Amino acid sequence: MSNYSAFRLFVEGLRNQTGWTRAWRDPEPKPSYDVIIIGGGGHGLASAYYLARVHGITNVAVLERGQIGLGNVGRNTTIVRSNYLFPENHLFYEKSLQLWEGLEQDLNFNVMMSQRGVINLYHSDSQRDAYARRGNAMRLSGIDAELIDRDQVRALAPILDFDNARFPIQGGLLQKRGGTARHDAVAWGLARGADRLGVDIIQNCEVTGIRRDGDRVVGVETTRGYIAAPKVGIAVAGHSSQVAAMAGVRLPIETHLLQAFVSEAVKPVLDCVVTFGAGHFYVSQSDKGGLVFGGGLDGYNSFAQRGTLPEAEHVLAEGVAMIPLFSRLRVLRQWAGVMDMTFDGTPLICKTPVKGLYVNGGWCYGGFKAIPGSGWCFAHTVAKDEPHQFNAAMTIERFRDGAVVDEKGAGPFPWLH
Amino acid sequence: MLRIDCPWCGVRDEAEFKYGGDATVKRPAADGDAESFYRYTYERANPKGWHLEWWHHAAGCRQWLKVVRHTVTHEIRTVAKAGDDVPAPSS
Repeated sequence: MSNYSAFRLFVEGLRNQTGWTRAWRDPEPKPSYDVIIIGGGGHGLASAYYLARVHGITNVAVLERGQIGLGNVGRNTTIVRSNYLFPENHLFYEKSLQLWEGLEQDLNFNVMMSQRGVINLYHSDSQRDAYARRGNAMRLSGIDAELIDRDQVRALAPILDFDNARFPIQGGLLQKRGGTARHDAVAWGLARGADRLGVDIIQNCEVTGIRRDGDRVVGVETTRGYIAAPKVGIAVAGHSSQVAAMAGVRLPIETHLLQAFVSEAVKPVLDCVVTFGAGHFYVSQSDKGGLVFGGGLDGYNSFAQRGTLPEAEHVLAEGVAMIPLFSRLRVLRQWAGVMDMTFDGTPLICKTPVKGLYVNGGWCYGGFKAIPGSGWCFAHTVAKDEPHQFNAAMTIERFRDGAVVDEKGAGPFPWLH
Repeated sequence: MLRIDCPWCGVRDEAEFKYGGDATVKRPAADGDAESFYRYTYERANPKGWHLEWWHHAAGCRQWLKVVRHTVTHEIRTVAKAGDDVPAPSS
């Protein structure tokens, strides 16, 4: 399987595109592996990729219930950033952003990483102060952040409603290195990259049980038979509770819905990512011209990948308040993803009470930007049986020990994070 | 759009209610240990199926209700008063 390159594209153009082969193999599951990763989404694939590339563990299987790219990794709003207040979060997400910056060269795959800038708007003095604090916290950790005023925002995003009667825009917190990436390409690139290092990516293989010997994991039951492994990592997003329960582990997670929307394609009107400060709303324009946007959670436990109308109406109202031309746009597509929400809004990348069983979950609708960082830290945790410095705080025990990382200050209510 | 049949007010729109989370967890005694408070505050079954949960009729009679709702179909099977004994559904 050769590298992708401009020269290769040229040659294939001359021979009618007949030389391309499949990007990753379709292996039969072996009876045993050194590590099994449950879940072939972005996090599972990145974990397997870094296990092989950084830790030299290549006898790894990624078990995917459906097909690569059809889960949350292909159902998000593709935003990448590291603008968090707390060091437990921003150091981790900054590691992830740095990995994003080199991901295309690393994978030899164009993930269309576009560092077009992310602006969080502020609409009041107190909100400006909060953003100044967050920006300063980031800068103390060496992460780029700029507090910009109204005119600077106007220069970057002139289509916003600066004089909205209720929420006039005063300025914003800008992270220039933030932006978007192509979600499908990330899944495909990581699958191809892991496969090239020897990882078996096994699709249409649903895990139905986790087999234990006492307090130690020994393998997994699947729809394609039993597969043994001394180490099993769970990276299944919205179904984290269900899969962990197979091993008798209960998690501080609830599953909630987050909707996303794409409008019809229009000419370029917005070349950065903007988030509304007066509500939960974020938008960017894709390369195809559609405005990609989303808002907050639907508000109650759900596994229905549809989304409900009251929240859809709320998100669209926020969009119109921020960008008046939204009222003329038609929504082309709408869907909901099932989010594994923790009780403090911060993920879990950690060991569990069962030896050899690790969990990577609780992504609280921040999962996409975390993909490479999460894979990096989870691979470290699985390989060394101890956390990387950037996920040391992301344990299950933090809730029992009172060491929650509550970025939003919303209290122990998953549907409010 | 959910429609919740409030025992006091009749069938009302979801927009009148505020969600209150899992109603199967029980607060431990005040002298309970940290582990029991951890389980009460944070550990959830998170069922993919029937879920017993709290709803507050915030823009109506302001009573708390117990609701049994399916987390995949959103079908509501039972709506009861807060003090009623509603058995935890097996999802």
